[in-house]
Amino acid sequence: MPTQIIMPQLGESVVEGTIGKWLKKEGDLVKEFEPIMEVTTDKVDTEITASAAGVLLKILIADGTTVTAGTLLGWIGQPGEALPAGVGGAHPVAVGGHAPAPAAPATSLPGSAPAPQRDLGFISPVVAKLAAEHKVDLAQVTGTGGSGRITKKDVQAFVESRKSGLQPRPQEEPAPWETPGDGDLFRPAELQMPGRQTASAAPPPQPGTELIPGTTVALNPMRKAIAEHMVRSKHTAPHVTTVFEVDMSRVAAHRETNKAMFARDGANLTFTAYFVAASVAALKAYPVINSSFADDRLLLKKEINIGVAVSLGDEGLIVPVVKRADEKSLLALAREVNDLANRARSKRLKPDEVQGGTFTITNHGVSGSLFATPIINQPQCGILGVGAIQKRVTVVNDAIAIRPMCYISLTFDHRITDGATADYFLAKMKETLEGWGQSS
Amino acid sequence: MPELTLIEALRQAMDEEMARDDRVFITGEDVGPRGGVFRATLGLYEKYGAQRVIDSPLAELSIVGVGIGAALYGMRPICEIQFADFIFPAFNQILNEDARMYYRSGGEWAVPMVIRAPYGGGVGGGLYHSASVEAFFAHMPGLKVVIPSNPADAKGLLKSSVRDPNPVLFLEPKKGYRLIKGNVPEGEYTVPLGQAAVSREGADLTVIAYGIMHYYCLQAAEKLAAEGVSVEVVDVRTLLPLDKDTLLASVRKTGKALIVHEDNLTGGYGGELAAIIADEAFTDLDAPVKRLAAPDVPGVPFSHPLQDWFMPNPEKIAHAMRELAAY
Repeated sequence: MPTQIIMPQLGESVVEGTIGKWLKKEGDLVKEFEPIMEVTTDKVDTEITASAAGVLLKILIADGTTVTAGTLLGWIGQPGEALPAGVGGAHPVAVGGHAPAPAAPATSLPGSAPAPQRDLGFISPVVAKLAAEHKVDLAQVTGTGGSGRITKKDVQAFVESRKSGLQPRPQEEPAPWETPGDGDLFRPAELQMPGRQTASAAPPPQPGTELIPGTTVALNPMRKAIAEHMVRSKHTAPHVTTVFEVDMSRVAAHRETNKAMFARDGANLTFTAYFVAASVAALKAYPVINSSFADDRLLLKKEINIGVAVSLGDEGLIVPVVKRADEKSLLALAREVNDLANRARSKRLKPDEVQGGTFTITNHGVSGSLFATPIINQPQCGILGVGAIQKRVTVVNDAIAIRPMCYISLTFDHRITDGATADYFLAKMKETLEGWGQSS
Repeated sequence: MPELTLIEALRQAMDEEMARDDRVFITGEDVGPRGGVFRATLGLYEKYGAQRVIDSPLAELSIVGVGIGAALYGMRPICEIQFADFIFPAFNQILNEDARMYYRSGGEWAVPMVIRAPYGGGVGGGLYHSASVEAFFAHMPGLKVVIPSNPADAKGLLKSSVRDPNPVLFLEPKKGYRLIKGNVPEGEYTVPLGQAAVSREGADLTVIAYGIMHYYCLQAAEKLAAEGVSVEVVDVRTLLPLDKDTLLASVRKTGKALIVHEDNLTGGYGGELAAIIADEAFTDLDAPVKRLAAPDVPGVPFSHPLQDWFMPNPEKIAHAMRELAAY
């Protein structure tokens, strides 16, 4: 029985996704959990993996097409397996600016016209093996077996004729003009003249659309999603923000002391890890903040899953989630926050890594902001804003002292709780951060 | 090299082994002055006397039991079962005693005995004189099961069987006794047990068979060659222990396997071969592993038209080869 490939729901509020690119062609062998396509949604770009091993039997939806979650995209099965009768793709959903692209093979060999997709018939084990070994696109092989099946001999003949130049070579072999040349002319200057200092690299140019005044710019899917989400959140929850100031001396000292040790364990110890840890302490103390408002009741969440907003520059932002943050050490949190942030920037997050958050932290201080009033990430109760850590003059025991200070703000859903609880929450955070290393 | 029939080669093997080793003796129904119903032992009674070529009662259990006892006392018996169909009274002796003796005694007692039995149909023998019994015995570890397909192998394999320190069931394709002729090397030689042979090289598909079916397969392969299909033929020769390497190497080369036997299909020895190929050569297969065997009926029919319907023959084999080649 063939297995369906379904467009997953890649986020709680995500209803559709765009097929960026199929990574496999019809007839390709796929392993279970092997990436088979790239999918772009308004929240995350990810790879969809095969839910079964076999052969990609059928691609129903072409690259560049946007479809609703749950749409049947294709089939995986055994070579030659028949698809259930009457199946087909759902109708693609056209999105403004993202009209469905015409179907095209995912890859085409240089110098050859894209081969039309055809039913390859049964692919025997040895044909699959030979095709993989010799990088043969079976769609280009003429089958001479029963019912036009591609036989072992057909593949061998194809490979032979390719050797003799009658068939296009596989894509892996670059065209001659793309092969790097030899000699000094082709070597980087700094290798040729090691003594000479090369100019320090300028910041890489920002990719993306050039913004020309007086024109309009189509929204990318992420921007559209953010717009929709922000309006909905403001419309849904009455936002109230409260702000505390925290002395980060002990955290900073702890970080200085432990940074090298954490680095040895492969973790970059950032302040964010401390804020996640302190949020956990405060959420444990005030579980009402770790909840959702649901019409006539509060849903108090069992898990503490903390989203950490990661800016992707002009494109937007994304909120990967540290799951079960309450069960993790500072080292584990640091490691996970680094990992999620890195992969968020390279768009390598898995769908479930942006889901299931129960509370969110936005570290707007990285861009210099002192304090802000962030918008709640629905359907959560609150969002913590972390400002820039600055050395400020402050009064300690009636003396003037210079301390690394930081404003933290909690924006909360006033339907769920009131200012006093929110303040207790922030007070607990302040206490945790300012007393870091004292009790724990 | 003189050309001999299969049965002449077998007789020569027994003669040479009896001359070489006076522990070797023959027992079975009518093996003495009569020379056996197929004349396999013709002349041996006259040459070696009644002490070494012994007519037995019509009791297969006894023939094998006596052989086991003699072997344990240091003799090298060759027990003849007149038709493989009659072997079942001795089934218990063969399985429970013969095959297990070495294992049961922790290697202290071995049974160096050969049981010869003509087997197979196509001779108008009906239900009691046509059976293929190899599947029953190839299931039994401790036993060796040998089936020759040509005179040279028959002689060399039988000599190896006589010299083997453990029991060998030597099944002879009786239809081939006088039908299959071939050159037999002069002088002393043996063919080792446990080695299959590629009897015809080919590229398009592998056909695996033994006994008379192997003989038919060579004929069918010749026919297919004229049609442009290159068939490789593998002669199993020893069913137990099986030479998997030769078999698998051939199938890996051609990507297609057809197994032919005249025993009926279900539970036949071909099922084991098919399973081994599917398991160990899966990624080299270009087609399903096919079996051509007799239909699942209780015996080889006596009626000639029905016997023809039952028996695989070169035409049926060629047809199966063509189908597999075209897959």
